[in-house]
Amino acid sequence: MTLTTRAEASQKPGTGRPARRRSLSWGRATPFLLVVPAVLLELIIHIIPMLVGVWMSFVELTQFFIANWSAAPFVGFGNYGIALDFSGSIGKSLVHSFLITCLYTVIVVAVAWAFGMAGALALQRRFRGQGTLRTLFLVPYSLPIYAGIITWSFMLQRDNGLVNHVLLDNLHVIDTPTFWLIGNNAFTSMAVVNIWRAWTFAFLMLMAGMQSVPDELYQAAAVDGAGTWKQVRYITLGVLKPVNVVLVLMLFLWTFNDFNTPFVLFGPTPPPSADIISIHIFSNSFVNWNFGLGAAMSVLLLLLLLVVTGIYLLVTSRRSRRA
Amino acid sequence: MKSRTIASTVVLLAVATTAACGGSTENASSGGGSGSTAGGSTTITYWASNQGTSIQNDKEVLGPELKKFEKQTGVHVDLQVIGWPDLLNKILAATTSGQGPDVLNIGNTWAASLQATGAFMPFDSKALDAVGGKDKFVEASFATGGAPGKDPTSVPLYGLVYGLYYNKKMFADAGLQPPTTWQELMTDAKKLTNPSKGVYGMAMEGGSYTESVHFAFIFGRQNGGQPFDDSGKPTFTTPGMVAGVKQYVDLMSQKVVNPSSVQYKNGPEAPTDFAKGKAAMLMSQNNADNVLQANGGMKPSEYGVVAIPAPNPLPPGGKDVASFVAGINLSIFKNTKNKDAALKFVNFMTSPEEQAILDKPYTALPVVKNGTVNFTSKKDEAKAFAEVLANKSEPLPLVPAESAFETNVGNAVNGLLAQAATGKTVTDADIKAALQQAQDKMASAS
Repeated sequence: MTLTTRAEASQKPGTGRPARRRSLSWGRATPFLLVVPAVLLELIIHIIPMLVGVWMSFVELTQFFIANWSAAPFVGFGNYGIALDFSGSIGKSLVHSFLITCLYTVIVVAVAWAFGMAGALALQRRFRGQGTLRTLFLVPYSLPIYAGIITWSFMLQRDNGLVNHVLLDNLHVIDTPTFWLIGNNAFTSMAVVNIWRAWTFAFLMLMAGMQSVPDELYQAAAVDGAGTWKQVRYITLGVLKPVNVVLVLMLFLWTFNDFNTPFVLFGPTPPPSADIISIHIFSNSFVNWNFGLGAAMSVLLLLLLLVVTGIYLLVTSRRSRRA
Repeated sequence: MKSRTIASTVVLLAVATTAACGGSTENASSGGGSGSTAGGSTTITYWASNQGTSIQNDKEVLGPELKKFEKQTGVHVDLQVIGWPDLLNKILAATTSGQGPDVLNIGNTWAASLQATGAFMPFDSKALDAVGGKDKFVEASFATGGAPGKDPTSVPLYGLVYGLYYNKKMFADAGLQPPTTWQELMTDAKKLTNPSKGVYGMAMEGGSYTESVHFAFIFGRQNGGQPFDDSGKPTFTTPGMVAGVKQYVDLMSQKVVNPSSVQYKNGPEAPTDFAKGKAAMLMSQNNADNVLQANGGMKPSEYGVVAIPAPNPLPPGGKDVASFVAGINLSIFKNTKNKDAALKFVNFMTSPEEQAILDKPYTALPVVKNGTVNFTSKKDEAKAFAEVLANKSEPLPLVPAESAFETNVGNAVNGLLAQAATGKTVTDADIKAALQQAQDKMASAS
């Protein structure tokens, strides 16, 4: 059909335009058509729920309205007012949760990155058993999240957990069995479990990044008299910069938003020391059946993360442009 | 022609994507959702709470009864048994999405809260007639169906109350009689505790917020407290409530409970400790019987049951309350497409015949009049529980905020127990502060 139209069009140049536009529109539309399913799915899976969440944050969606959302009264910024009233109990606990989350994020990202870097550097040189070690290091990442964390929760039990058994019975480091999942220890346990998972991802990314560093660079540096430390500092880290920018950002976002670790370790209401922000929002929504307030907190979290991410990308891209 | 093809492709794609979504919701609804009528036979979905020794056990107990119901009425029941830690959240999710089962079990203390959501079908007089009439039920149990003065949104299914289980041999060996006052209970518990052997005076499900809030209520009432005032406002920090929570937490502070039990929350861990002789006493609802026998291998002759004692003399305003009117109720989702079948099913489950059958494996008290306590062959145990229900039980407050009370106060008490378990002293001020925080959270809920 197209062929005939084209043939006709070339025979009669004067009448060719509409036909060409038709065939052109097909060509122009193809890329759009190809993304249509993706766009639709993106809308359905991400954008629409997000917008619904924003709408929820402006209504009083409590137990009296959850069966009929449309009847929930509009309260404007009322939910935000409650969440941000730092003299009130809810605002105070939100700030507490926010600070804990910041501390948690800093510790997890820093340690996970350092472990990942150390692991990747160690495995850079060829030696026997390199493949085995590499596979072993990836186990935490390849385990299903739930299975990994629940195993930790068994190990951290007071009476029959592996951790207490090793520390108390084998190493005699402690005298009495310790509670790892309540009180302030809960924070440490949660951080350790997440580092255990996150560092392998850092390791994977950094190791992949290191493959792209040409050996000649190291050789040249060695000729110039640079030691191992200087090679790492100026060559490896230099080349890995773009990888690190993305890696740290991803680790930050994942850790800040971490829900799985506290939820599987502690259930819906973790001890205060481990009450990080996403599970805090969850309990505010589900424990008190106040989805409007929970949604307002979520939107605040989203805005904060957007701002932090924006600033981070701005700073890092400016720095790399300068370099 | 081509542009028309493009347009139609777009439309087709759009429809396909939405259809795919529609398809998945359709699946979800038949999996967890409202039933369907196909080929003349009706199918309804039933969410049963975990009443037996395990979810598998529940399926074995209910299976034959559901077959019997299908034979009688032609209605097929699609059974899903849901564990307690997930039940309320699943109900909430179903309420929010409108994709729920046709018939479901609820903890009767949630009745007023869930009624307020409007997700459940109110049992008006017509619906009540369809399930055998209001008068068929025991009054105290029927009263838990919803807020007073409104059509209830649930009817009682299994009746439960708390009792104090004690290990007969351990008491005899120590030359003790079952306690009749709280002071006696504490002295006995101390005598029976021997941490070096891993034996404690009392078993406790210290990580379970529901257990914690139950005792906060029971002991709060013994000390003259009341969680809500007459206008339905929370009054968690009154001296009576604080003293009640202290009475419970003191079990941990005074070290008559295994500190590890603050992490018990997933199931019958405390009853198992009791059954295995690691604890001499257990405060539990009467459905503990089957766990004691199945999980712990304890013979009915090895334990006795008395009412949970109150302090003597009773503190000012206090009442000799040993339990609340606990139990499981049945509700029908409002947007069920099979209302008649659902009503028939509720009628079947609450019929005296089925009650007599199900009360045994589930060790429940009958919720229909003239039913006999037949989960135990021990007359004194049956008598003790029946007496607690008749004379020493109060319903938990029938207010919409009840569910939030349970979670907030329950979790606050769990936190205090954890504090006591790790060796930190729990002062009255600590308790008051924790309860105040729980109360502040309530303000956001209503």
